[in-house]
Amino acid sequence: MASEAAEKGTGLVFHPMDQFITKPLFGDGAVGMFTITNLTLWLFLAVLGIIGLMVIGTSRRAIVPSRAQSVAELAYGFVYKMVEDVTGKDGVKYFPYIFTLFIFILFSNFLALLPMSYSPTSMIAVTAVMGFGVFIAVTVLGFVKNGAGFLGLFWVSSAPLALRPILALIEIISYFVRPVSHSIRLAGNIMAGHAVLKVFAGFAAITLVSPLSILGVTAIYALEVLVGFIQAYVFTILTCVYLKDALHPSH
Amino acid sequence: MATETHGAEHAAQAVSACVDSYGSAIGMPQLCGEWIPNQIFWLVITLVVIFFVLSRIALPRIASVLAERQGTITNDIAAAEQLKRKAEDAEAAYEKALADAKAEAQAIAQKTRDDIKGELDAALAKADEEISAKAAESAKAIDEIRASAVDAVEEVAKDTAAAIVTALGGKADDAAIAAAVTARVKG
Repeated sequence: MASEAAEKGTGLVFHPMDQFITKPLFGDGAVGMFTITNLTLWLFLAVLGIIGLMVIGTSRRAIVPSRAQSVAELAYGFVYKMVEDVTGKDGVKYFPYIFTLFIFILFSNFLALLPMSYSPTSMIAVTAVMGFGVFIAVTVLGFVKNGAGFLGLFWVSSAPLALRPILALIEIISYFVRPVSHSIRLAGNIMAGHAVLKVFAGFAAITLVSPLSILGVTAIYALEVLVGFIQAYVFTILTCVYLKDALHPSH
Repeated sequence: MATETHGAEHAAQAVSACVDSYGSAIGMPQLCGEWIPNQIFWLVITLVVIFFVLSRIALPRIASVLAERQGTITNDIAAAEQLKRKAEDAEAAYEKALADAKAEAQAIAQKTRDDIKGELDAALAKADEEISAKAAESAKAIDEIRASAVDAVEEVAKDTAAAIVTALGGKADDAAIAAAVTARVKG
């Protein structure tokens, strides 16, 4: 594979996965739990970007908004409406949590599109923390809000009685698969996009192919901009859907 | 897999279990267990920071700005509605004044027309009366003239008869001539 090609010294070298290596930002050595790594740097930049847009951008509290403020308001309105539409009025109090997820994923995805950057949302550990976090929070919330009634989510009362146990089994399996698909969908999309970008860029080493390769990189880049937004949207709306199930478990 | 055996060969020189001696990733970096605690630690810190910044500062601020804007827009729309209503009232008043003025003008015109017609009628009646009076007078005068003409004829006839009788050598008996002439003229 890639490293073999490097050993043999053939002209074409692909290391599409190297961009995902987490390494210490200062000096060499092992990556411990508290080591400041390239991941830390890009998470920090995402935080800076979010503060820049949502806090500094809105600092003038203008009735007629500036550009930054209207983007912040747009993001706010977009997610707020989503939460309200999907979960209903009683889901609105969880809006800050959902908005945190949305804006973090959005900024990570877009910052990851900068050359030489690191994409935190391509790491399964990162997305799994969010995916399982949502899963656990929603499950706990469902039981706290509805007690045993939350189990009604798995008992499809509109189906014929004979089918219900089978459906319940399917529902339970699908319920536990949720966090896995939720987190792998995001990580997989971002990782695949960035790996493809690297592969296309690797072809640029061949002079004859390089124009095509650059064209390909450009096209994939445009696609990745779209994917970056859509994945943030999908993650957020699925969170809303899961939250709705927790708040209103009846089918 | 080829990569795994390759990774195993270089394990001694490798910086970590997931990076070979050439600095390339071994397998999927996403699955490298060594980095996961680090990633989770920094992610949690990041999310907590973002959450507090958003929920303490940014989101309440945006909510208040949006509410304020909504309020301003509602007020402005209400004010605009009020102004519109005022304008409509003013227009209605203007139209009413215009209609009144028109009606008044029409009434005045009608009255003037009636007055003129009345005067004209009176003048015509008077003129007719005068004309008929004049006509009657004239008829009377003509009658008189006619009567006087008849008398004159009688007189002339008597005088002429007397003269003829005298000229013929007779003796004119006035009474007889008068009776004869009167009988002839009536005849």
